[in-house]
Amino acid sequence: MTAPSAAKTTYREAMRAALREALQRDERVFLMGEDVGRYGGCFAVSLGLLEEFGPERIRDTPLSESAFVGAGIGAALGGMRPIVEIMTVNFSLLALDQILNNAATLLHMSGGQISVPLVIRMTTGAGRQLAAQHSHSLEGWYAHIPGLRILAPATLEDARGMLWTALGDPDPVLIFEHGSLYPMAGMLSADAGAVDIDSAATRRPGTDVTLIAYGGTLGKAMAAADELSGDGIDAEVIDLRTLRPLDDATFLASVRRTHRAVIVDEGWRSGSLSAEVSARIMEQAFYDLDAPVERVCSAEVPMPYPRHLEEAALPQVPGIVAAARRAVG
Amino acid sequence: MSGRPQAAAPDGIQSSAGGTQPGLHHRDLLRQMLLIRQFEEKCVELYSAGEIHGFVHLYIGEEAVAVGVNQALDPGDAIVSTYREHGHALVRGVPVESVMAEMYGKTTGCSHGRGGSMHLFDAARRFYGGNAIVGGGLPLAIGLALADQMRGQARVTACFFGDGAVAEGEFHECLNLASLWDLPVLFCCENNLYAMGTPLAREQAQTDLAVRAASYGMPSWPVDGMDVIAVEQAARRAAEAVRSGGGPHFLELRTYRFRAHSMYDPERYRDKAEIDEWKRHDPIDALVARMREAGEISDEDLAAIGAELASQISDAVEAAVAAPVEPVEDLTRFVYSPRPS
Repeated sequence: MTAPSAAKTTYREAMRAALREALQRDERVFLMGEDVGRYGGCFAVSLGLLEEFGPERIRDTPLSESAFVGAGIGAALGGMRPIVEIMTVNFSLLALDQILNNAATLLHMSGGQISVPLVIRMTTGAGRQLAAQHSHSLEGWYAHIPGLRILAPATLEDARGMLWTALGDPDPVLIFEHGSLYPMAGMLSADAGAVDIDSAATRRPGTDVTLIAYGGTLGKAMAAADELSGDGIDAEVIDLRTLRPLDDATFLASVRRTHRAVIVDEGWRSGSLSAEVSARIMEQAFYDLDAPVERVCSAEVPMPYPRHLEEAALPQVPGIVAAARRAVG
Repeated sequence: MSGRPQAAAPDGIQSSAGGTQPGLHHRDLLRQMLLIRQFEEKCVELYSAGEIHGFVHLYIGEEAVAVGVNQALDPGDAIVSTYREHGHALVRGVPVESVMAEMYGKTTGCSHGRGGSMHLFDAARRFYGGNAIVGGGLPLAIGLALADQMRGQARVTACFFGDGAVAEGEFHECLNLASLWDLPVLFCCENNLYAMGTPLAREQAQTDLAVRAASYGMPSWPVDGMDVIAVEQAARRAAEAVRSGGGPHFLELRTYRFRAHSMYDPERYRDKAEIDEWKRHDPIDALVARMREAGEISDEDLAAIGAELASQISDAVEAAVAAPVEPVEDLTRFVYSPRPS
């Protein structure tokens, strides 16, 4: 048996291939959002899909996040399988009522009668000098909400494979695509397809310290691990992948082996996802630790525009390396 | 803000509805309005006795709206309602027993006891809440309508909301989108003149709410919401247009809430004289008077209907009291669906 061939692709193209596959496989699937059609998506993810699938299934919406996210919820109740695109996580706050009070809550309020099989995609994160209203990482907020499933694809395989699995989920799934990942290029197997959306993944095995990252910080954690290996520190890198429900078994097992943990999170430190991961390590692996848990997060400031300040505000490789060295001691 | 607005039925409405036996039809409408009235009067009693809890918002005075609009709906149509939805649920056919059990938070309730008064649901009857965020139900309604449109189903989604919702951004986003995409939605604005305690003129720059909707390019009619016949006629005309591809329609149903906003409300914001004036136009009394005049009902008939409903409601209370509560071990159910393995 020969291995399937692989082709060079990008995160953006992998996401587009996932959308195309979903639209081809299930006639209930449609995409709607601001400028997803004629414009091709604000990050060009859906470029060409309007021509291929037509305006019924690739729907440009008015700038009314609450209406079109809520319409996605209603259409899901009505038997469709909508994919709603929100340009950025900052804009999603205009639809927070629908996401929290309806999508996440209807199943419970109705005593289990009404589920909401909806997928919402949005970009998140900084690094492109887009300043304080287009750059935040609020996926940790969404991960606070029972009833939602929160995904953060960080690899080409996950960009290609998480969507189809999410569409098969009976409950609302939010997919956070870090804006800096779209041009990321690499080889993707021709038979790449659906992946699980339940578990974290070990992206690099190691024995001395566990680096826990997700989405836009995974690449930085991997780079930090490479640098640490030059010092003789063998770092394990865990990609959380699913931020809710959180697969704590995977990172706890790693920490129990390495006895040290560094959490890398582009969200603000206070009340962040990194705080949740840290708390679970304290609760469940406290006696396995040889050093305090380290966190590398964004500075507690709205994202500034100038490049040097934005870089200083974000988790960076040297900061991760320094935290790992402190942990190893 | 006192006195009854003079709301005209839309042009071209016939003066009678219900086919060849208006007497029977009127009796059916009356019975439905009385069911809501008597059910809610029982709720007041139970609430005062500490039997049921939480926020309970009464529909008393507004019954003609739910009953009249529901006449225009088919079983395949959908309803999205508000937290003042007992009436909509009951006329939709959600069993009295399951609505009452929901008030008690019992597992036999229509939302398994998880929702209470504000969150009645019945998926089989396409009754989608019971939504307690003002304006928050409108996006759901346009989405349900979008699904029907995309699936080629000639169905109507009736969306109820109050005058207060007209000030919300979601109202404007949704009317715009519904009109833009010709979605089959019947917007039913229950204008009871108060957004909780704030009178219409202090909440809306344009108090003619039908005009607001018309600005989005959809047919929009003010209707006397105290006249069940007028409501039914307007709703039938609008629903038929929606069903046959005429795009969204908007009814401003001018009505009045006789009771407080909720059971906690001391009603410091309106005069008793205003309430008394509106009570002179009680939709139930108005229909009864009309039926008496036409010789369609006697005192005995009326008493018999009332007694029969009272007995049904009393049985529902008895069943709700006897029904089991959910075990605490099940607390975290209904957060995620059972997933296919």
